[in-house]
Amino acid sequence: MKAVITVIGKDMVGILAKVSGTCAERNANVLEVNQSVLQEYFAMVMLIDISALTCSLEQLKTDLDKNVEGMTIHVMHEDIFNSMHRI
Amino acid sequence: MLNMNDILETITMIQEENLDIRTITMGISLLDCADSDAEKACDKIHKKIYSKAKDLVKTGDSIEKKYGIPIVNKRISVTPVSMLMAASGGDPLKYALTLDRAAKDVGVNFIGGYSALVHKGFSSGDLELIRSIPEALSETEFVCSSVNVGSTKSGINMDAVKLMGKVIKDTSLLTKDRQCIGAAKLVVFCNAPEDNPFMAGAFHGPGEPDCIINVGVSGPGVVRAALSKMNANEDLNAVSDTIKKTAFRITRMGQLVGTEASSALGVPFGIIDLSLAPTPAIGDSVAHILEEIGLEKCGGWGTTAALAMLNDAVKKGGVMASGNVGGLSGAFIPVTEDAGMISAARSGALSLEKLEAMTAVCSVGLDMIIIPGDTPEEVISAMIADEAAIGMVNSKTTAVRVILAIGSREGDELDFGGLLGKGPVMKVNRYSPAKMISRGGRIPAPMQSLKN
Repeated sequence: MKAVITVIGKDMVGILAKVSGTCAERNANVLEVNQSVLQEYFAMVMLIDISALTCSLEQLKTDLDKNVEGMTIHVMHEDIFNSMHRI
Repeated sequence: MLNMNDILETITMIQEENLDIRTITMGISLLDCADSDAEKACDKIHKKIYSKAKDLVKTGDSIEKKYGIPIVNKRISVTPVSMLMAASGGDPLKYALTLDRAAKDVGVNFIGGYSALVHKGFSSGDLELIRSIPEALSETEFVCSSVNVGSTKSGINMDAVKLMGKVIKDTSLLTKDRQCIGAAKLVVFCNAPEDNPFMAGAFHGPGEPDCIINVGVSGPGVVRAALSKMNANEDLNAVSDTIKKTAFRITRMGQLVGTEASSALGVPFGIIDLSLAPTPAIGDSVAHILEEIGLEKCGGWGTTAALAMLNDAVKKGGVMASGNVGGLSGAFIPVTEDAGMISAARSGALSLEKLEAMTAVCSVGLDMIIIPGDTPEEVISAMIADEAAIGMVNSKTTAVRVILAIGSREGDELDFGGLLGKGPVMKVNRYSPAKMISRGGRIPAPMQSLKN
């Protein structure tokens, strides 16, 4: 089982560190990271393995919101993307 | 591997373009709650609804969080109450109050099924139920009511049509202190679907299983955004194709949510209703899609053709995305719930007559239309008869949900708040159909019914 974390907002030091740190705390394995900074905006899409997650996906989102302040964060199960974009 | 663009596209659809699951509706059969004692029947009803639906809202919320997709409404539809009335007789209001209490206890925002199916005639309990609708809708908060007065197979029950004119007027009158909101929860159908998840017309048909989950998806904003990215000189084939692709994606999401909800609740998955259901929110309007296709204003000439194409493309795209499609499945055109329609009605571009034409090519019918409070009953009945005739002859669902703005005149406005929206009082043709309506009887089933 995989999930997608997206983080969008004003760029600052330590975003990736905080996101991956939070994932590590909850035993989510980072599989792939795609990030870019356009002007001062930071955008990142991270694919994580949640098979051995020690909390609910909802809790992980709450943790991220708390640890990475001021950014718009989505945590969504990969099924939604698979079902919408693949036949 | 997931594609970055796909991920961002989905997130944009949800964040910017109002993509959502409009409703998860649990259909619950109350046939096993029938009892000759109405008190006992009501106890059984409350117990059954509570036991089946107690986790509905919780489950919806957890799916919403898992996938990050808003699920706007959780609702319940039940067996038409007139069938339970047939067993118990007595005062139907008890049933309405029980449904209202059950809805409140499980936390859903509407419960549909204070209904009667009288397309060929009235059976025991039907007349009592229909006559009690105004009071039931004024004394309850969550209950929705519907009456099926016609079908392609059986024709139109004009006695019921006559009665419904008065019922709509009385319902508006009894809720005149609350923007006449009672009438917004009452739908008069022809060819009512038994598995419709959308309110106010949802009920759990007698042919349905004991308990089932139906899902209504929505996304007018997504369709409009997809069209707005197109080049202005692309032809209508390309427009239709874009709508199809978008509808496919929206429906796949509905399928995912429906399957998930059904397995979490241990209830079979029924259908996806492929409707484009607008809300008064900016950017969530069916009228704006028509304008994006190339009309200056919804309601002008060309509207019916554009809507016909939209409706058809939505079905073609959606049908491949889901195993079971049902309900109303088409574009909705509720005037007060659609920012573009409200604006078109205010400016005079959109008339009732044009809306009638539009109902011939899309799902539902004259929906959420505010008419002057002094409109005669027989004019409302005749409006119902006209809509029912369109549905009967074209083998499709049509409906009338009009609200009489008591004490208001053409050009005034009502504001219901929330998803029901707001809108101007529209002009009604007042030439009298009284003689025809007073004849009563039945319009026989058309040739289209003889398919065997």
